[in-house]
Amino acid sequence: MAEAGKIHSPPAGRQKERPDQRLNVIGTRMLRKEDPRFLIGRGRFIDDVSMPNMAHAAVLRSPHAHARIKSIDKTAALALPGVVAVITGEDAAKETGPLPCFANPPVEQRCIALGKVRHVGEPVVLVVADTRYIAEDAIGLIKVDYQPLPAVSDMMDAISSKGDAVLHPERGPDNVAEHRNYVFGPVEEEFARAAHVVKRHLRWARSGGQPIETCGAVAGFDEGSEKFTIYVNSSMYNYIGLTIAAALNVASHQVNLVPVDAGGSFGSKLFLHKVAVLAALGARASGRAVKYVEDRIDNITACDGHGSDRAYDVELALDADDRMTALRYKVVDDYGAYFQFGLGTHGNGFSQTVGPYKIRAVGAEIYAVFTNKCQQGACRGFGSEVTNFMIERIVDAAVEELNLDPIKFRYDNFIGPEEFPYQIPTGNLYDSGNYPGALDMALQMLDYDGWREKQNAARTQGRYIGIGIASCQEKGVFSATEFWMLNRAPGFALTSSPESASVKIDATGKAIISLHAPCWGNSPETVATMVLAEQLGIDPGDISVTYSDTDHGLPGTGPGGSRYTVMITGAVTGACGILKEKLKRVASHMLEAGPHDLEFRNGKIGVKGASGLEVSIAEVATQSHFFRLSFPDDPDLTSGLDANYTYDHPLATLPKSDSDFGIFYPIMGHMCHMPVVEVDVKTGQVSFLDYVAVHDCGTMINPMTVDGHVRGGTAQGIGTALLEQFEYDKDGQLLQTSFQDYLMPRIGNLPPQVRIGHLVTPSPYTEYGVKGAGEGGRMVAPPAVACAIEDALRPLGVRIDALPVTPSRLRALIREAEVRKATR
Amino acid sequence: MSDLEVNVTVNGRSFRRRIEPRLLLSDFIRHEIGLTGTHVGCENGVCGACTVLLDGLATRSCCTLAVQADGRSVETVESLGRVNNLSPLQRGFWEKHGLQCGYCTPGMLMLMTELLRENPNPDRETIRLRLNDNICRCTGYEDIVNSVERAVELMRGDKAVR
Repeated sequence: MAEAGKIHSPPAGRQKERPDQRLNVIGTRMLRKEDPRFLIGRGRFIDDVSMPNMAHAAVLRSPHAHARIKSIDKTAALALPGVVAVITGEDAAKETGPLPCFANPPVEQRCIALGKVRHVGEPVVLVVADTRYIAEDAIGLIKVDYQPLPAVSDMMDAISSKGDAVLHPERGPDNVAEHRNYVFGPVEEEFARAAHVVKRHLRWARSGGQPIETCGAVAGFDEGSEKFTIYVNSSMYNYIGLTIAAALNVASHQVNLVPVDAGGSFGSKLFLHKVAVLAALGARASGRAVKYVEDRIDNITACDGHGSDRAYDVELALDADDRMTALRYKVVDDYGAYFQFGLGTHGNGFSQTVGPYKIRAVGAEIYAVFTNKCQQGACRGFGSEVTNFMIERIVDAAVEELNLDPIKFRYDNFIGPEEFPYQIPTGNLYDSGNYPGALDMALQMLDYDGWREKQNAARTQGRYIGIGIASCQEKGVFSATEFWMLNRAPGFALTSSPESASVKIDATGKAIISLHAPCWGNSPETVATMVLAEQLGIDPGDISVTYSDTDHGLPGTGPGGSRYTVMITGAVTGACGILKEKLKRVASHMLEAGPHDLEFRNGKIGVKGASGLEVSIAEVATQSHFFRLSFPDDPDLTSGLDANYTYDHPLATLPKSDSDFGIFYPIMGHMCHMPVVEVDVKTGQVSFLDYVAVHDCGTMINPMTVDGHVRGGTAQGIGTALLEQFEYDKDGQLLQTSFQDYLMPRIGNLPPQVRIGHLVTPSPYTEYGVKGAGEGGRMVAPPAVACAIEDALRPLGVRIDALPVTPSRLRALIREAEVRKATR
Repeated sequence: MSDLEVNVTVNGRSFRRRIEPRLLLSDFIRHEIGLTGTHVGCENGVCGACTVLLDGLATRSCCTLAVQADGRSVETVESLGRVNNLSPLQRGFWEKHGLQCGYCTPGMLMLMTELLRENPNPDRETIRLRLNDNICRCTGYEDIVNSVERAVELMRGDKAVR
């Protein structure tokens, strides 16, 4: 069992580059390396990839939520001129195995449904044709005879489903995918002696990343080498890409996965497997290269990337001094038809399950259920955004029920700045933080007292203004070791989550960095360039960045879980360490000085204390590449200047037990958001009057791109809070299958300005003290906005327990409150 | 239905092609002409990623048939500046971080090109109103507004937006 509190003998770190040094490039608002190609329309997205003699695929999707496939008649489709192949689930099963699944025991999912469809939109037939238009024509000619089965749409019904309503009968007689009870610390004892217990029922609705670019792949199969080349807008190909080879029934070296620019992901492209396997299957069957790019309906109904869908019963224990002592919850999570990451989205939440507070014990009973819906994947926060919502809502509930001041209550319960590194009850470590500092900054920036006065004045005029407060964690840099404790039987149990960089300095002194994971719309080229420029003094304009495929890839886990900036900063720093040694070794011969007497200064290597005695990196590079015989016959003086470096997780430990997960997600960012909203009680419309967002992601490599993440993440979080939802009706039909129905924020839905404040509490464990920043906005805006709406409507007694707060739902809540008041 | 011959001017060059009447303008631009800067997002006219200028008017190319462009003029993102000579609008987006993944960007640039031709000096509210036409999932829009304002500044000291 992990005991919560400050750790007095903290684990030693591997930090080489201290945060407190003077920096030249890191910390500047350097314009992005990625942008020029995007600005002229020359990004390389998946639909921009072509291969010779390429055919095009389209998918016939299931119109049923749950049905047996009795027969498929593909005669007419095959007869259509231009059709190359028509592949059913049975055809596909001869060529492919199940898709990757990280739950154990795995839940079998096929790239094309085999025997049974389990959600609307699931692929039933793949058609390959000369053009996408012909492929879609052919789909209209396929006749499928379905025998409908009972559809499970309600997550509570799923717990008691029986018979034909069971999606995966081979796993057991019901639709409970997993039921676990985790106890971290003395939960029962704390509740037994609590002075107050606050309870709430909370509902977080299913939404999704929905990047503007869908998922897709272009695959070719070379009969000579028996090898697939697959372009796909997925990540993690240098981590677990070999599972795609396994799904194709070939060895890992027989698949080369090639990255492309991804037109946004927000987690939804974290590990795409279906599109890659479908395109490759089509390529092997047709003997031609095949492109399969989802259309929007494919993506919404079958992208395997819907977000969490949870109902919580939460209880918070407090002592007589209003200190929070324990948190206990039962949660039902509707995972949809498959279970690709198992309970991963709950394990993620365990990394920060007490938020920024000194809660000593946590109990979590989790029901993961199957329903006839698109399965869950990653969605900006990977489940921890829901944990944050749960914590902040129960904190707000305590404030309301015990009549407390929301600011003082937070100050009194925060982990203090002097208490780091701090172990939370799950065993995870918070490396550093300054939570009262963030709250202070937000209060000042907002002019909190001023807004309270305006709020009171507005109430006298019948206007409903509310101020929201949310103080939330942003876990950074996963180790994935929590997966050890999420499966009943050992399943996805690895302990590596590395990231690599390769740096080559050519004979003229220009540098090429190879990264081993793709560009997702984050700024990996900018970050890698800035770190290299900082390390070696090379002009950023003399650096270019490229992306390795799996044939050339080194260990890389890719962007996700707010890890990538931390990890490539470590990897580039490590590669530069190797290069510096070599540069000094060569330069020492050129300058006739010992390597230890040399130093790096502004892109040059010089003799310490002798300002004129120096050579440029370009001069050393030329010598190193082309003039081997100018140097002694030393085996360390091989020609060329290049280095590979693989940076491992900066701080993780082996998991110990179900009640102590060890350190698995320790680089802890923090944020405090304060929106000010006005609610139009007649229409239920919520509009923003102000918005302050204070973030602490440690040392910032580039404050401009951090601001971009904060603004974009906040916009998505506001979408989650007010607009976005995938709803299935009782028959399992999805009601939002286009952007006309699935509403995402437009500029008019958002605050005119998100005023950003940065607090900098560097990590003691990462290079330069960098922390993650990619997910934060979406991980804090939902509880902040919920709090603001509740605050606005406090005179009416409206409680916000469920998201999204659409105008119609808010009107319903206001009506109910008015009826309550009238009948009181 | 048999193929039809169309003659479409794209970025000042004339393209004569025999096409299916059902071919979308977005597919014509991307796959017949090979200009892949115009992106397709939702395919039903909601997101605006596919926005091009058709005879100068911002148009959803995913909801327009290529035959409707016969005899007319199309402008795409490729008509703006090049990497070493970005247009003021592109430059504004670069300087003010108006893009992240870059997928909605060509549509945004064409939408704003139309606005700046109509009104070379729009105020913030005018920019915001027009931006409501398109969806960006990365930026939260604020930096796009800043980008357009920056472009306006650059244009004042520079040539007109092309």
